[in-house]
Amino acid sequence: METKLPPYATTGERLWFYGFRVICGLIFFFLMAPILVVIPLSFNAENFFTFTPGMLALDPEAYSLRHYRDFLTNPDWQQALRNSLTIAPVATLLSVSLGTLAAIGLSQSHVPFKGAIMAILISPMIVPLIISAAGMYFFYSRVGLQGTYWGVVLAHAALGIPFVIITVTATLVGFDRSLTRAAASLGANPVTTFFRVQMPLILPGVISGGLFAFITSFDEVVVVIFVGSAQQQTLPWQMFTGLREQISPTILAVATILVVVSIGLLSVVEMLRRRSERLRGMSPG
Amino acid sequence: MSDATAGNLSQAAAEARRDDAAQTGPMLAADGRPLKQSLNRALRAQKLRALALIAPLLIFLLVTFVAPILDMLFRSVENQIVSETLPRTVIALEDWDAQDLPSEDTYAALAYDLHAAVERRIHTRLGSRLNYEETGLSSIFRRSGRGIDDIGEGYAEQFIALDPAWEEPATWISLMADPDWIEEQAAWAATETEMREPAFRLAAGIDDMLPETADAYRSFALTLQAEARNPDSPTTEEPWNTVFLALYRDLSAGAEVGATDGPEIARAEVMRLQEAAAAVSGFTPVDLRARFADIDDGWAEMPIWSTIQTFSDPYTAGYFLAAVDLQLTPGGIEQVEDNQRIYMLLFQRTMVLSLTIMGLCVILGYPIAYLLSNLPLRTSNMLLILVLLPFWTSLLVRTSAWKVLLQQEGVINDLLVWVGLVADDARLAMINNQVGTVVAMTHILLPFMILPLYSVMKTIPPSYMRAAKSLGATNWTAFRRVYFPQSVPGIGAGCILVFILSIGYYITPEIVGGRTGIFISNRIAFHISDSLNWGLAAALGSILLALVLVLYWLYDRIVGIDNVKLG
Repeated sequence: METKLPPYATTGERLWFYGFRVICGLIFFFLMAPILVVIPLSFNAENFFTFTPGMLALDPEAYSLRHYRDFLTNPDWQQALRNSLTIAPVATLLSVSLGTLAAIGLSQSHVPFKGAIMAILISPMIVPLIISAAGMYFFYSRVGLQGTYWGVVLAHAALGIPFVIITVTATLVGFDRSLTRAAASLGANPVTTFFRVQMPLILPGVISGGLFAFITSFDEVVVVIFVGSAQQQTLPWQMFTGLREQISPTILAVATILVVVSIGLLSVVEMLRRRSERLRGMSPG
Repeated sequence: MSDATAGNLSQAAAEARRDDAAQTGPMLAADGRPLKQSLNRALRAQKLRALALIAPLLIFLLVTFVAPILDMLFRSVENQIVSETLPRTVIALEDWDAQDLPSEDTYAALAYDLHAAVERRIHTRLGSRLNYEETGLSSIFRRSGRGIDDIGEGYAEQFIALDPAWEEPATWISLMADPDWIEEQAAWAATETEMREPAFRLAAGIDDMLPETADAYRSFALTLQAEARNPDSPTTEEPWNTVFLALYRDLSAGAEVGATDGPEIARAEVMRLQEAAAAVSGFTPVDLRARFADIDDGWAEMPIWSTIQTFSDPYTAGYFLAAVDLQLTPGGIEQVEDNQRIYMLLFQRTMVLSLTIMGLCVILGYPIAYLLSNLPLRTSNMLLILVLLPFWTSLLVRTSAWKVLLQQEGVINDLLVWVGLVADDARLAMINNQVGTVVAMTHILLPFMILPLYSVMKTIPPSYMRAAKSLGATNWTAFRRVYFPQSVPGIGAGCILVFILSIGYYITPEIVGGRTGIFISNRIAFHISDSLNWGLAAALGSILLALVLVLYWLYDRIVGIDNVKLG
């Protein structure tokens, strides 16, 4: 598609050109609106899930921070936040360390059963969560992990692994192997080569894999409901029960905070992507 | 001179050539090994190194993820509970023809099994398991738990009336227990240790002489000892009434209680047994079938027996059949009644809604991907953020946003009422039904369609369209004949991805789906946490998993797992 209409465009072409842009605008609106609507509603002074006449009239009285205050003072929400923040980083650390190692192994030129191994490593992303959750619930109860902190951490680490594998493998595709050979020829041992040469170059991929793994765990509900017990209630779990029973608009305040968090994460990932493209000599655009 | 030198040199070269020719072996590497072998060794080392790097993760995943799923698959066919809880009954029913009620022997077997099960408090579990197959059985088992002691009561009273010693635990111990065990038990009792009483052992030969009694007593003694909270000793407890029933049955069947080659029993016990054997013919017999019918009429009817017989195998296809609305009846496989056929409907609905969502994603995603891939990179990167932000936003945030928007008192309805399109008392029901599920899930999965489409479209050179147009194609023809076919792989990739993700969805349908907008996943969750029919949940899960794996395989064939990209 041309970005500008040529001066000789017919009326039909003009109509289509603008019509198409309007359609695309509407679809973008569909994508963004739900997320944006939540933000003003979270400042609602009332316990409603909808705009009050006062809010529409931009009356400052109709806006308040009470739902944020509730989130910050309510022990249930605070406990949930604490749980999320203690589970996700540990799960991320586990999946990033194991996943990076495996991705490096997979990028070697001769790997036996590569297809089968790859299929297993990606499967946590493909298998429906309810099936993973059910299986883990039964199995972890058998070995005494069900309802424990470590049970949830291990489950979440497993779910995050495909993301680490995918992103790190993608970075390794552009990795120049002669660099490690050069390091080896200069006398570096494999461990030194890894940490001084390879790691800094694939770091963007590792970090964005880690961010994916983190958000997977931080946003996960199904598995934690089944594998965890009330002591491991995370933020999404609290939101889920709240939504099902429709109790408090505090959920919207939490949602707004999470939107801000995801904007932050997105910016980091985008920055890393551009950096790694620049390193590979591609135009960052 | 120079000639001679030249001649010498050429002679040396010729010799060297001869040496080379004489050496017919393979080419050697620097260390003297054949090059091929050396190469293979290096390759093997490389493979091992790669595997060593992958191994930790692979083992981790196999333990935390693959094993649980295999465990679940196994659960969908496992059915040990019937044969473990009612072992004797299952054997007694093996040759039963399901024409008339089972024989008195079968009822006796049931009495022994049930008594042990009741004492171990597992009869209700069996009841709820069988209740999945035939409603009403759960209550029969629960009631039987309360009445089981009545079954052999008549015989116990008559034996005790004959000789009060039958009431004494010691009588039974000296009759039944292995003399070595008695010694061990006495030693254990003297020391008052924290350890458990040594496990009861039968005296040698007693089970030949009094087979049913020995079996019933053994299960009585072991059950007492195995009691989790406060184990008891058979040396202090009077046997259950069913043990007396067994003794009556053995004696009236003509057990040889005085035989000289029988077990070594104290003289007093032999006398007591002989006395009892002589007396049993004068006992008032107890009709077991009637006794069971007193506890619950269900025991005198056919369904419970045929259900026990049908599900006595340790493995069953019953859960899988139930998952596709069939049932295993004594007469074979049948469809369940119309009003209970829900699973096929659910599978169908899951597929139809997923296809709808997939279709909507193509319709909405295609223009966006097209726009993004044809704009200058700077602009398209800016617009791409509008796609990536929803992608990165928490699933629950987006689901709650749709709940806020679609409710009857929600933003969209308010807007429609305010505009005047809808009357205040006729607000649209857009949530807790299929509309809610489709809208919310289309929104959630749309980025998964746009991103693969975009990455394919970016590789289509714009010059192709210009070439087509320069050859006289209209815009539409150029798009239809040149551009679209090249974008088909992207559509395929996006469709499979969206479809795979969609059929397994749980959270969103649960929140916005109401009763008509739920998926098969929601039913699986219900069976795990509410109805506790784990076998059925596992069977439904296995079917869903099989479906997803087929699609996954297809995706791998078409797109390649290695080519999955994120963001």
